[in-house]
Amino acid sequence: MPAEQSAPHVVQMRGITIRFPGVLALDRVDFTLRAGEVHSLMGENGAGKSTLIKALTGVYTIDGGTIEVSGEQRSFGSTADAQGAGISTVYQEVNLCANLTVGENVMLGHESRRGGAIDWRTTHSRASQHLANLGLDIDPRTALASHSIAIQQLVAISRAMVLESSVLILDEPTSSLDRGEVEQLFAVIRGLRDRGVAILFVSHFLDQVYEISDRITVLRNGQLVGEYGIDELPRDALVTAMIGRELDDLTALGTSAHREINRSGAPVVRAMGIGKRGVLEPADLEVFEGEVVGIAGLLGSGRTELVRLLYGADKPDAGSIFVKGEAAHLRTPRHAIERGISFSSEDRRAEGIIADLTVAENIMLGVQARKGWLHKVKAAERDELVAQYIEALGVRPANPGALAGNLSGGNQQKVLLARWLAMAPDLLVLDEPTRGIDVGAKADIQRKVSELSQKGLSVVFISSELEEVLRIAQRIAVMRDRHKIGEVAASDVNVDGLIDYIANAGEGSAA
Amino acid sequence: MRNIVRHRLFWPALALATLITVNSAARPQFLRVTMRDGELYGALIDILRNSAPLMLVALGMTIVIATRGIDLSVGAVMAVSGAVALTIIDGSSDPNGVGTVLIAVVTAIAVAMVLGVWNGLLVSVFGIQPIIATLVLMLAGRGAALLVTDGFITTVNSEPFAFIASGYLTVLPFAFFISVAAIASIAIVERRTALGMLTEAVGINPEASRLAGVRSRGIIWGAYVLSAVLAGIAGIIYASNIKAADANAAGLLIELYAILAVVLGGTSLQGGTFSLAGTVLGVLIIQTLNSTILFMGIPSAQSPVFFAVVVVVVVVIQSQKVRSWIRALGASGRNRRSAATTEVAS
Repeated sequence: MPAEQSAPHVVQMRGITIRFPGVLALDRVDFTLRAGEVHSLMGENGAGKSTLIKALTGVYTIDGGTIEVSGEQRSFGSTADAQGAGISTVYQEVNLCANLTVGENVMLGHESRRGGAIDWRTTHSRASQHLANLGLDIDPRTALASHSIAIQQLVAISRAMVLESSVLILDEPTSSLDRGEVEQLFAVIRGLRDRGVAILFVSHFLDQVYEISDRITVLRNGQLVGEYGIDELPRDALVTAMIGRELDDLTALGTSAHREINRSGAPVVRAMGIGKRGVLEPADLEVFEGEVVGIAGLLGSGRTELVRLLYGADKPDAGSIFVKGEAAHLRTPRHAIERGISFSSEDRRAEGIIADLTVAENIMLGVQARKGWLHKVKAAERDELVAQYIEALGVRPANPGALAGNLSGGNQQKVLLARWLAMAPDLLVLDEPTRGIDVGAKADIQRKVSELSQKGLSVVFISSELEEVLRIAQRIAVMRDRHKIGEVAASDVNVDGLIDYIANAGEGSAA
Repeated sequence: MRNIVRHRLFWPALALATLITVNSAARPQFLRVTMRDGELYGALIDILRNSAPLMLVALGMTIVIATRGIDLSVGAVMAVSGAVALTIIDGSSDPNGVGTVLIAVVTAIAVAMVLGVWNGLLVSVFGIQPIIATLVLMLAGRGAALLVTDGFITTVNSEPFAFIASGYLTVLPFAFFISVAAIASIAIVERRTALGMLTEAVGINPEASRLAGVRSRGIIWGAYVLSAVLAGIAGIIYASNIKAADANAAGLLIELYAILAVVLGGTSLQGGTFSLAGTVLGVLIIQTLNSTILFMGIPSAQSPVFFAVVVVVVVVIQSQKVRSWIRALGASGRNRRSAATTEVAS
C-alpha cells in the first residue's frame, strides 16, 4: 500500500544548503520522506542527489537548513549519529566486510552474548531469522565474498533491519543486478514498505523508478524542481524536469549504424589472437579509421579483459598486435599511448580520476605524462586546452580549479574523456563510459564520440546498454564466456536480435 | 578572514607564531639579534642554523610521503655519509685543504645516492612496502657506517670542513644557505616542472596514473634517491658540527622528527598533495621547540614530555575533526547573525 499524503513524515529536510570549494552543491533544498513509501530521488549527475543523501546520512555537515527525523530536529556529525536516528544506507558499492561471514555482517555490533563471549549459535540463528524475513534462504556461516553483489546488497538490507531502521536509503542498488535479481530486490523493498519503513530509492533506470516508486522528488543543479506523486508525472515530464530541456537528446542523436567505413587500407589497430590463459580465449579485433566498433556482451564476458590486453594494461600471453600495419609490442599503457591508443577504464573512481587534483590537472595528466616531467605544458596552453574541453564536453562546474573528486560521476567521466581526447589519439577505447551517469551527460558523450569518429577517430565502445552500442557503432563484436563469439554489422540487427546473438549464437540454435 | 583560516598553512604558521610569541614574552632576549664582527648572532639565528639537517631530511621525506611512501633510513644514511666524509679527510695528508674536503663531501653524497638507489629499487621495482624496504637500511646502515670508521668515532680538525656547519657567509650562517638552496631548488624542480603534479598523481591514485601513462616507477625511485642525497648532505652538516663521525648518534630518530615535520606542515601520510612550505614551517616549529626547551632551562629529563605536550596540542588543533568543530562553531555564529539581519530586512 502506497503511503497516503497524511502518513507521518519520518524525514523532513528544509532549506538544505551545502557548499564545496567552488561549488554550491545544494541550494535550499526541501525534501520529505513519509513512513511506508518508496520515494525516488531523481536528477542528472551533479544535480545533488548524492549530496542530499550524504547530508541525511551524516557524511556531510550541512551549511544551512534543518533536518527533522521522526519529529525531532537533528544535527548529524557522523554516519553513526544518522544510524542512531534510524537511517541506514545501502550503497551501489556494498559497504560490508567481504572477509566476514554473512551472519557476522548482518549482526555486526549486535551479536548475542553469553557470559561476555559471543554466542555464535544464537547469533547465526538470529541472522538466519533476519535473512528469512526478507525471503532470503542463505547460510549465515558462508563468507560474504562468496555471494553475488545482489545477495550482498540484500545482506546489507538485512543488516539495516537489525538496526531497526525506520529509513532505508538505496543508492543505485540495481546498477549491477540482472533482471531476476532486481525482481528479488523489489519484492524485499515492497515488503519493507508495507511494514512502514520509509525508503529512499535512487536509480538511473526509469523503468525501475516507475515500477517501484510512490513518489518522486526531482533535483536539478543543486535546486529542488518539485515533488510529485508517481501518477502525476509521466516519463517525458520527468525527463524534462530532470534535464530542463524539452527534446529527448538521445533520440535526436540518430544512429551512426549506416555510416560507410572505408576498410580497404590497413586497420588502425589489428589484434590477432590476443589472449591470456584463464582470462580471455585468443580473439581478433580490427578497427579501421573513423570506425566505431562496439563490444557487446554481459558483464564478465571478457569485453573489459580484451581491451585491457589490447592497451597493455594487462599483459597478453598470446597473439600479436599491429598498429597501422606495423607489429607493435604494447607491454605497458605507455607503449600503447606512444602508438596513439587511449583507454578509459570502466572503473572511473579507482582507475580514472585523481580525486585530490583539480579538473585542469586531471585533464592534463595524460598529455603531461607523455611529454615527460621536464617539459611542463605552458600555463597559457594548458588553460586554453582545458577551457576548450570543459566547454566542448559541458563539464559542470566549469571551474578548472575545482577538485575532481568533488564532481559528480557524469562530470568526472567528461573530465576523463577530456584527458584522453587531449592526447589526440588515433584509437580511443571507452569501457562503459556512460555507466551510472544521467541522460544529459550520456547524450553529450555519445554526441562527442560520433562527431569525432566522423572526423577520423577510431573508437572501441563497450557498453551494457545495447541501444547505445547499436546507435553509436558500425560494427559490433559479441563476447560470451571469455571469448569472442562473432561480429555483426550494426545496421543488420536490432536490440532483440543482438540479445539473441549474445545468448544463442554458436550453440546451434542460431541457425 | 575565512579564507585565511581555511588556508592549509594557517595552523602551522599560527603554531610557529605562538611559539615565538611565548618565547619572547618569557625572555625578551629571545628575539634579540646582535652583530659581532659582521656576523649575526642570537636565538633566532641559531634556529636557522641548527635546523639545516632536519630541514634537508624533511624536504626529502615530503616528496617520498607524497608518493605514498616513507623513508626510515634517512638517519642511517646520515651516519654513513658522515663516516665516509670524515674517513676520507682523516686519511688524507692535507685535512685542511679545500680540495680534500670537496672530494670528501662529493664522495659522501655519492655514497648516499647509491643508498637511495637501493631503497628506490626495493620499493619501485621489487614492490616491497616502503616501510619494510627502508627499514633494511635503517638497521644495516649504522653497521655499515661503523665498518667505514672501523668502529671508532673518527674525529678531525679541518677548518674548511668545520665551516660547513659553523661558518658564516656574509652575515648569516653557511648552513642556513644550504637550507635555503635546498628549499629553492626542490620547489623549482617540483613546481616549475610537472614533477610535483605527477608525483601527487602517483601518490593519490597509482593505478589511474599508470593507465594515463605516467612513469610512476621512475618518479617513485627518484623520490628515494632525492631523500637519500638530502640525508647525505644533512649527515655532512651534522658531522661538521661536531667535527666527528659518530655512527651511533648521527641522525638518531631524525626519520621520526622529519615525518613529524611533514605532518605538522599539513601533508597527509596517505600521500598525494604535498606542501613544501608546510614542511619548512614544520621544521621551524620543531627546531623552535627544541630551542625553547634549552632556553627556558627545562631540565633535560623533562624535555621530552614538554616536547610531546606541545606536539600533541599542535597535531590535535590540525585534525580534521577539531577543525570541523571550530568551523561549526563559527558557522552557527554566522547563521545567528544572518538570521538577525534577515529579520531586520523583512
